[in-house]
Amino acid sequence: MSNAKKTPLYSEHLRLNGRMVEFAGWNMPVQYAGIKEEHHAVRKAVGLFDVSHMGEIFVRGKNSFATLQWLTSNNIDNLKDGQAQYSLLPNKHGGLVDDIIVYCIKRHQEYLVCVNASNTEKDFEWMKNNNRDADIVNESLKWSQIAVQGPKAMPLLEDVFKQDLDAIPSFHFQKIEFQGYDTIVARTGYTGEDGAEIFLPNEVVVDLWHELLEQGEEYGVKPIGLGARDTLRTEKKFSLYGNEIDDTTNPIEAGLGWVVKLDKGEFIGRDIIARVKEEGPKRKLVGFKMLDKGIPRHGYNLMDLDGNMIGITTSGTMSPSLDEPIGIGYIKTEKAALGSEFFVEIRNRRVKALVVKTPFV
Amino acid sequence: MKYLVPEDYYYTKDHEWAQVDENIVTVGITDYAQSSLGEIVYVELPEEGQKVGQNDTFGVVESVKAVSDLYSPVTGTVIEVNHAVMEEPATLNDDPSNDGWLIRIEMDNERELANLIRAPEYKTLIGKDKK
Repeated sequence: MSNAKKTPLYSEHLRLNGRMVEFAGWNMPVQYAGIKEEHHAVRKAVGLFDVSHMGEIFVRGKNSFATLQWLTSNNIDNLKDGQAQYSLLPNKHGGLVDDIIVYCIKRHQEYLVCVNASNTEKDFEWMKNNNRDADIVNESLKWSQIAVQGPKAMPLLEDVFKQDLDAIPSFHFQKIEFQGYDTIVARTGYTGEDGAEIFLPNEVVVDLWHELLEQGEEYGVKPIGLGARDTLRTEKKFSLYGNEIDDTTNPIEAGLGWVVKLDKGEFIGRDIIARVKEEGPKRKLVGFKMLDKGIPRHGYNLMDLDGNMIGITTSGTMSPSLDEPIGIGYIKTEKAALGSEFFVEIRNRRVKALVVKTPFV
Repeated sequence: MKYLVPEDYYYTKDHEWAQVDENIVTVGITDYAQSSLGEIVYVELPEEGQKVGQNDTFGVVESVKAVSDLYSPVTGTVIEVNHAVMEEPATLNDDPSNDGWLIRIEMDNERELANLIRAPEYKTLIGKDKK
């Protein structure tokens, strides 16, 4: 853990008894009180996540628009100032360099791209190598980020910022001052709950964290670690880079066709993605539940009832909301219909499972 | 953090405990192990009558996030399995040293106990293990 980076909130995590682990080159809390308790706090009240490890890459200048249209799969032209968009960075083979959120700060002038911590360097290099004369700057080490998520997230944020933040629609953001610094309050998240993600300079993140914890007491606020972050997103079947998607997965098979706008014009990987869409993907990402005892985990094989390999588990956990195991995995398209039964291979045992509707919760 | 380490138990370096009553060995995971794992949500144990070797995996415990193998402290035959913890895995968090026992083994060779460690040495081990 010695070389792992520390976010400005590192000592706060230790003070809150966070169990620290190395994740994507950062020292991060995997849990504080316990994954289940934290998970329920987000579903029922409000949770705080230190997501300062995420990368912030700015794309600026008059060619920022053209560059992002070329680099990303979604249509940048749909973005007005103050609007955010889930998108992908496809590679030349139609695989995914990363999944990202693009924040339009000033149309045709300035965009913020929020990227996965594990991919920040890779994405930055990729964007620079495929730049169309924009000014691309990696400002990740200057920015911290706190996600505030849960049904009580917006009331808490309004108390702290003393502004009508509920007026910010989903996937929109506002620049709001906190202690004399500009912050970005974005109505986005990775839990499926209401809430916001706040980008702010390192200088004031500890103060905001304290204010959220203090003023959040009446709402039952809790700090949330990476463990619950993972169970929360798994219940919503949100992709995790490195699990559901990577440099080799096509967005169509991953169920991300909705953020691929083939008619927007040329972009990296477009032709291959278009072909997969036209021919139909060979495999599909599905959600499943277990019919017999066992918990599916990343990397477990999936077999049809005759024992033929038909796919692989990308994520699996005990769902704290449902109190039963849930899994996500790729299955050959012809075996992936809702209600299909198959086996998950768990420690050489074949355990029966069922393709179900998602999100799970 | 203080962990419960009963003085009269034997321990493995993989954080199982073994309580020896003549040739019957009761096996569980230590307080330190349950605390490191977090909330245990699934337990998989062998059938009664199954043979296990010293250091062989005899089962699995899973927390929300992780899967951990269980290693047998001695060679012998599984004579009793704690079905209650399979039904209620959280017992391993609540009372790992008593109600959270996992299996009872009829030990083949008590000289194998020399390969296990005692409470003072185990306390030193988990002291070092802490970050």
